[in-house]
Amino acid sequence: MSNEKVDVWVGLFVLLGAVALVFLALRAGNLSSFTLADTYSVQARFENIGGLKIRAPIKSSGVVVGRVADIRFDDTTYQAVVTFGLEKSFEFPADSSASILTSGLLGEQYIGLDAGGEDRMLASGDDIFMTQSAIVLEQLISQFLYGTAESEGAAP
Amino acid sequence: MSVLGWVGTLGRRTRSMLVILGQIARFLGMLITRTGIVVKRPRLVVQQVHFIGNYSLVIIVVSGLFVGFVLGLQGYYTLNRYGAEEALGLLVALSLTRELGPVVTALLFAGRAGTSLTAEIGLMKAGEQLAAMEVMAVDPLRRVLAPRFLGGVIAMPILAAIFSMVGIMGGWFVGVVLIGIDTGAFWSQMQNGVDVFDDVLNGVIKSVVFGVAVTLIALFEGWQCRPTPEGVSRATTRTVVAGSLAVLGLDFVLTALMFS
Repeated sequence: MSNEKVDVWVGLFVLLGAVALVFLALRAGNLSSFTLADTYSVQARFENIGGLKIRAPIKSSGVVVGRVADIRFDDTTYQAVVTFGLEKSFEFPADSSASILTSGLLGEQYIGLDAGGEDRMLASGDDIFMTQSAIVLEQLISQFLYGTAESEGAAP
Repeated sequence: MSVLGWVGTLGRRTRSMLVILGQIARFLGMLITRTGIVVKRPRLVVQQVHFIGNYSLVIIVVSGLFVGFVLGLQGYYTLNRYGAEEALGLLVALSLTRELGPVVTALLFAGRAGTSLTAEIGLMKAGEQLAAMEVMAVDPLRRVLAPRFLGGVIAMPILAAIFSMVGIMGGWFVGVVLIGIDTGAFWSQMQNGVDVFDDVLNGVIKSVVFGVAVTLIALFEGWQCRPTPEGVSRATTRTVVAGSLAVLGLDFVLTALMFS
């Protein structure tokens, strides 16, 4: 086979490989959901973050408006400090509240951001004061059991 | 056999294994120091990519398609019990990009390209072509082996990526076209669960490592074989056995390092 033909075939082969990689990254992977939009960071404190992970989505009304940038533990207040990276194109009132929610019964955890009513908007470095922790199934069950035992009074 | 003799055998085996490991490491070093040929004569490497990569394409595409089909059928069978058949796309994509793509491609690669490399080098050695080159002051490691090494290392990740892509399409065909899962849910679940860096990139890194390992073992066996017909046939067999075992062992180590 002549050299030119070999070149063409190898070129096609490499091209096919590149197409496959792009397919894996964009069609199968989540590269298309990566936003290069500028973000501003806001902090929130939670008693318990459950299974929240870095890069978990932050949703408002179910639409992704940002991602969790950092999770730290503050050993003076014994709370988790979660840094949000919110996209610059979305502004929220300063008294917005954040809660850790779960998508579906066993799905991944995300942060739900509910807009408040204040005129002042959240700026970079601000804190969100109203937060609701993740629901831990064991605590929920023990509360439920404790509640039923109390309402039924002493054991018969 | 006495206990002492048994211990002696164990020691001898260990020592010879260490010797082989050292030889392979030195061989890799010799190949790497001679990879400069890619700059001087790139056509040699292009020819090897053509020989190793393009000719392996048919078996890779067909195997990928059927692995995808089977993953689709078997995954649906299990997921259906939990009413989670929409997650089929995720299951197919994760299994292919993380494990099956690189590993099955490397095993096929050892069988398809590795054996031909070993046989080629072994026959060159048996026919004293390598010795003749040395007589003419041409370094056979540089002229013959280094381009083949580079060709294999370049071709393997490309083949693995193609395998994964074709496999996902096979899974899509079975899941969406034959079984009737919603196509939107199939792709969106996949995109939600597959991370570009954690899953896709780590799969690519795996395939590069496997490419180095399989090509290195194939060339080493050809280089070291006894220059007789029997020696070449034994070396070819060892390429498949050692190459496959190396791929499986490395896969365990890499998986433990990457995904834990």
